[in-house]
Amino acid sequence: MAAADAAHASLSGVTRVFPGTAGHPPVHALGPIDFELKRGEFFAVVGPSGCGKSTLLELIAGLQRPTEGTVAFEGRPVSGEVPDGIGVVFQEDASFPWLTVYDNAAFGVRQNGVAAEEVRRRVDDALAFMGLKDFARAYPAQLSGGMRQRVCIARTLVLQPHLILLDEPFGALDAQTRLLMGDEVLRLWRRTGATVLLITHALDEAAMLSDRIGAMSARPGRFMDIIETGWPRERDSTIVSEAAFGDITGRLWENLRGESLKSLGISDRAVE
Amino acid sequence: MNRARASAVVGATRRATDTLIIAIAVLLLWQGLARVAGSTALAGPGPTLTYFMHFVPSQRFAVNALSTTLTFGWALIIAYGLGLAIGVWMGAHRLSGAVGEPILITLYSIPKITLYPVILLIFGLTVSGKVAFGAIHGILPVALLTMAAIRNIPPVYLKSARALHLSPWQTIVKVLLPATLPEVVAGLRIGFTVTLFGVLLSEMFASQHGLGFLIVNDMALLQTEEMISIAVVLFVFAAVANALLLWIERRMHRRV
Amino acid sequence: MTRVGWIRLVVIVAAIAALELACRAGFINPKVVIPPSEMASALVPLLASGQINDDIARTLGVVTLAAVLSVVFGFALGLLIHALPRVREALDPYFATYYAVPVFIFYPVMIAIFGFSPWPIVLIGFATAVVAMIIATLNGLDRVPRVLTKVARVHRLGTLATSLKLKLPAAAPYLFTGIKLSVSYAFVSVIAAEFILSSAGLGREIADAYNDFNNRRMYALILLLLVIASVVNSALHAWDIRWAKRRGITTA
Repeated sequence: MAAADAAHASLSGVTRVFPGTAGHPPVHALGPIDFELKRGEFFAVVGPSGCGKSTLLELIAGLQRPTEGTVAFEGRPVSGEVPDGIGVVFQEDASFPWLTVYDNAAFGVRQNGVAAEEVRRRVDDALAFMGLKDFARAYPAQLSGGMRQRVCIARTLVLQPHLILLDEPFGALDAQTRLLMGDEVLRLWRRTGATVLLITHALDEAAMLSDRIGAMSARPGRFMDIIETGWPRERDSTIVSEAAFGDITGRLWENLRGESLKSLGISDRAVE
Repeated sequence: MNRARASAVVGATRRATDTLIIAIAVLLLWQGLARVAGSTALAGPGPTLTYFMHFVPSQRFAVNALSTTLTFGWALIIAYGLGLAIGVWMGAHRLSGAVGEPILITLYSIPKITLYPVILLIFGLTVSGKVAFGAIHGILPVALLTMAAIRNIPPVYLKSARALHLSPWQTIVKVLLPATLPEVVAGLRIGFTVTLFGVLLSEMFASQHGLGFLIVNDMALLQTEEMISIAVVLFVFAAVANALLLWIERRMHRRV
Repeated sequence: MTRVGWIRLVVIVAAIAALELACRAGFINPKVVIPPSEMASALVPLLASGQINDDIARTLGVVTLAAVLSVVFGFALGLLIHALPRVREALDPYFATYYAVPVFIFYPVMIAIFGFSPWPIVLIGFATAVVAMIIATLNGLDRVPRVLTKVARVHRLGTLATSLKLKLPAAAPYLFTGIKLSVSYAFVSVIAAEFILSSAGLGREIADAYNDFNNRRMYALILLLLVIASVVNSALHAWDIRWAKRRGITTA
């Protein structure tokens, strides 16, 4: 098995069931899923709310354990601990309000005992790349929501991860900022050569940014379809004007319309 | 009983049992401490319970408990009355609020006990002195929390009241009052506890009646059974009152 | 200073001036309250003479010790209880009613165990302040955003590192409120204990002055306590505001 063909991350027969608590029955959130993430690709997962997309991301990251099946990253099983080489950006603002932007970015790499010289180089690099150089001494409380997310991304960048997981990172931002952040993520992807897994509920965002898109069903989440976009690597948000873009979003919606209604509790037939 | 109700009952029973376990642990600790300190310094749970049983129905307890209750009642009325008045004024009148808040906060942080001699000088060793001392403890938390409650009314409520053409009276009764009630009740709850504390303190120093007087007397005579019995009564009283006010506060919150 | 600050200053000065005038003009019985200027003029020589230095040292020492112990143990216990939700629920009713009973009824027990040393008073201060710190710690830890614990795991931090490097700084503003309260409660309970139980220190001196009908001395000492309390609280408050501003929070 050549290294280039080997999956970067994979799930085999994975299901995730949340055990019941006092007064709540168990929840079958995800699976069974068999899925392989190719090295260097940009993969997006779209699906209705509550379908288990974030659970999928957290399983790959090692933040949750599968109820059945195995999760592997770079050939080794993932179990309960976040493996080295994975970076995660969350939907909520995870910037540390008590640290400056610079210290926020440097946080992860300072834990690992990297030399001070190297820390400075990596942080300056990441901040410059994310356009935060002028704000290095500022505190997150002084920045906008979009900039705080960029701080979180910079913090992840500094770790030089092989796999970057993004859990609806732009959910809390306004529409215009989201489109611009999409371009940023593409730049990030090309620059680092990392594999990127993006969770989003926005069809246009998924269609615009990814090499492959997984359309997930309503709970329990399973992949109904995996669409290949065939976009060139050097792309940006101007892709939206391509004809193929409309086809792709159309196909996604075809897959997801019924599932979205299901997750809202409305039967497909009932809508007229 | 459906699933949700059943599990709620299970949860409540479990919490009650846990709390009971803690109580038992405290009792065991008490027993151990009594052994170490000797029965003159601290009576054990057994003797204390026996004493409690014939103390509470006794004349001695009744007379002093009544005295404390009366003093406390008056102190509470004054604390609540003045506290609410000051709180409403400073909450509604921006400038007074801005000027007065730091003053109130500083006054709150001063140990009132330092003013006790002054109160004694002003009122002499009378009931009014005890009422006054108790009241000055309670005024400030009530005022501060009422002020905060009024300041925190979302401006959109007031705009809505005007858009609905409500009269000033209707605005106060139907909008402002329900909106501020939870926080005001929180202030009343804290005011309750500290006023009781103030009244007990006042009885400890210059009084011949009241539960505070009994306590200080017992401390001098090392009558620990009575001391602890009184403490238990106070504890139960405060616990019940607190729980009641907390329940009211939570009911208010749910409606807001 | 802002306009509001000026107005406040005027109000305070006016109040003191009114008291001074009322005393001097005889509206207030000098046997009850003496003019503020006399309080100050009685305090200065008292301080200068060094007579009360021991008492000041004793009271401040006891308060500081009680406050420090409460903060440290209060935080540690708060951390522990927060990690054990069932214990926390069981303790809840006790926390809510803790302050109903004056803690110094246990004074004789402590004398029996520790003798006539400062320790019983330290313990009284500690017992009063520690619960405030525990409650503030629980509050602060509640407000640590859940996403931060996930970030800790992504960076592969152990439990201790997560507590110290993430939870502690995140909860810091609320912990500081706890510290403010602990200092305040320690101060109040120690002075009250000294006053009522007549042990050594400033509280005891005030009680003695009252019993000796020595108004000048009594008021001088009261003034001293008021000044100390105000200074300490203002300092803590100013610090609190500065931190809160940096974090973009409005706590007070």
